[in-house]
Amino acid sequence: MNFAFTDEQKLLADSVARFVSKDYPFEARRKLMASEEGWSRAHWKSFAELGWLAAPFAEDHGGLGGGPVEAAIVMEAFGKGLVLEPYLPTVVLGGGLLAAGGRRDLLKALVEGALQLSLAWVEPKARFDLAHVETRALRKDGGFALSGQKGVAFNGAAADWIIVPARTAGGIKDKQGITLFLVPKGAPGLTLRPYRTVDGVRAAEVALEGVTLKAEHVLGEVDWGHPLLEAAIDRGIAAVSAEAAGIMGHIVATTRDYLKTRKQFGVPLASFQVLQHRAVDVYVLSEQATAMAYRAAVLVAAREPADRARAVSAAKAWIGKAGRQVGQEAIQMHGGMGMTEEMPVSHYFKRLTMIDTLFGDHRFHRRRFAALGGHVEKD
Amino acid sequence: MNLDLSPELRAFRDEVRAFIKAELPADIRDKVRKGLQLERDDYVRWQKILYKKGWIAPNWPKEYGGPGWTPMQRYIFDEEVGKSGAPRVIPFGLVMVAPVIMKFGTEAQKREHLPKILSSEVWWCQGYSEPGAGSDLAGLKTRALREGDHYTVNGQKTWTTLAQYADWIFCLVRTDPAAKKQEGISFLLIDMKSPGVTVKPIVTMDGGAEVNEVFFDNVKVPVTNLVGPENQGWTVAKYLLGHERTNIADIGRAKHQLARVKEIAAAERADGGSLLEDEDFRDRIAEVELDLIALEATLLRIVAAETGGRAPGAEASLIKIKGSELQQQLTELLIEAVGYYGFPYNRDAMEHGWNEPPIGPDYAAPLAPAYFNTRKTTIYGGSNEVQRGILAKFVMGF
Repeated sequence: MNFAFTDEQKLLADSVARFVSKDYPFEARRKLMASEEGWSRAHWKSFAELGWLAAPFAEDHGGLGGGPVEAAIVMEAFGKGLVLEPYLPTVVLGGGLLAAGGRRDLLKALVEGALQLSLAWVEPKARFDLAHVETRALRKDGGFALSGQKGVAFNGAAADWIIVPARTAGGIKDKQGITLFLVPKGAPGLTLRPYRTVDGVRAAEVALEGVTLKAEHVLGEVDWGHPLLEAAIDRGIAAVSAEAAGIMGHIVATTRDYLKTRKQFGVPLASFQVLQHRAVDVYVLSEQATAMAYRAAVLVAAREPADRARAVSAAKAWIGKAGRQVGQEAIQMHGGMGMTEEMPVSHYFKRLTMIDTLFGDHRFHRRRFAALGGHVEKD
Repeated sequence: MNLDLSPELRAFRDEVRAFIKAELPADIRDKVRKGLQLERDDYVRWQKILYKKGWIAPNWPKEYGGPGWTPMQRYIFDEEVGKSGAPRVIPFGLVMVAPVIMKFGTEAQKREHLPKILSSEVWWCQGYSEPGAGSDLAGLKTRALREGDHYTVNGQKTWTTLAQYADWIFCLVRTDPAAKKQEGISFLLIDMKSPGVTVKPIVTMDGGAEVNEVFFDNVKVPVTNLVGPENQGWTVAKYLLGHERTNIADIGRAKHQLARVKEIAAAERADGGSLLEDEDFRDRIAEVELDLIALEATLLRIVAAETGGRAPGAEASLIKIKGSELQQQLTELLIEAVGYYGFPYNRDAMEHGWNEPPIGPDYAAPLAPAYFNTRKTTIYGGSNEVQRGILAKFVMGF
């Protein structure tokens, strides 16, 4: 048992951290956020060249032999800079599903930086239930015709392929009967309504009206998409947990610096014990969040789906709640300045807040964790 | 990064587990499981068993009789002992004063004290706090006046845990009242049988009396019992405090308690089902379980850093804060779980050998006292506010 990074993992962490501190100053990020696409294709090309897009994939999938821990390392560092590039939708969610569905051809393009993906798992009435799928895929001429609504599909507008779970059998909330489809950009009947999210990334509402697909557009097996989807979301949870830990680490540092420099009553705020202790509480939460995130990144690769689910739900529930507290405290300790758009801390707060909702909030995951029996000691 | 135990560590864990199962006396296991009062003999019996095996002092270097374990082995050992329902090892001799004697003691002090600490022949207690010196420890007033080859000690210590069982006490005393607060303090070993030492129990709100006041009235202490240089006791004290906070999280015991919460919640009735099926109570348990997991993961990261050669620093304060809060949350769940049968107060039922039928469920009697008693964890060993102060200074740089 070892919570320490290997030498390769240390190199990866260092190289992403270097990029964030050198090439991702907050003003540059602000410009990217306001740009048409909302992120930088040039950065994406660098990610490919540096091997970050290949990092979490097995070698026989064209990757560098890593896994969820490597994804977590990238995401933690990205969290510190609030990196906008769509690593989560394209690499973690989309790439993970391409690997699970055996699409080595598309994965090759992905690791080369030539492919963008979106996973449209959200449905307007489903809340956090992954099995709740109303979008229908009717069989037609040896293929399928998809109709339905998907919401908040991250990276939808940039995606070359949108992965769409649709119902091929069963009732609206059945786990069985869900199939994953690869819907190409610009397919007839596919309409996107793109927008910016409150935390600065890009997403889209997706309408499907009789989108015609062939059998080869099925990812995985017909009717058996749910286990793949659940596993992908669990990997996504491990990844955003690491991102949240990175954000919290950044918030601790920036709040510490602010308290040391900002003067009131003729002394630095850091001289007030009430603020010292609040800042320490935030530090303690951030340390624990990092440990929780890497624990999830290791255990998300567990063979048993229940072990995997317990570990990621534990992390998501704990980090979601801690993240709320860390973010709220940071704004409070920055005072009026924390309220402004100009102060970076408000952006970190917003992303941290939305991460709690992403893939299910802390209440949802605490219930999922409890329903799986809570903490289970292995042998 | 990998969270599975290696085959070697797994074998080690199995060995520890099998040993405890075979060697922990059934009556002691039973008392711990039921939350009953442990006597001096219970602790000593168990410690001598560990001593015979060579496992009593995981934190000691090999040359003094430690087992020579890695940080991970120590972690596993602590966890297994805690989970098994074995009594905790009394830390004052083995964990606190022994490292101090090793680092600052004379050869004669080492020869005299270390073997008897290791074999649990001698019971130690800690003379730090005073009525006027709690969190502000350096405010202590107990006076040691040097007169030829001995000191004459006058003053009072308080919150002295299990002093009623102790043969020796290690004390911080003031040897130079004129010096600045931290500079006139010395570290002294005092035989509790010395004339002029009086121990008076303090009854705490749970009804127990594990802490005491210790009075010193013209107690003569040989100068050879001074550890480290005179007036350098603060340096010695700080060294000791670093050791006091090891294994303060007691993850193993927390897991044992958590299992107990679930056991009791399964036995309690609510709304026609068991309390464990009550969605709200289950959610409360889950919340505490998540805190336990977060603490365990944090500790394992620290162990990994220690294995990599980094000495544990201010993280000990983090662990103290979160570990003590967790212990309080767990005893709070227990008193909540038992509902009305938290009310009956029956101190006798917590003694071993009490044979009358229980009032209410047989597990109920110790739960409310345990909750009241556990309020101490965020106060002792440097209150959690003191720990936040340490983190503010050494981690945040305030």
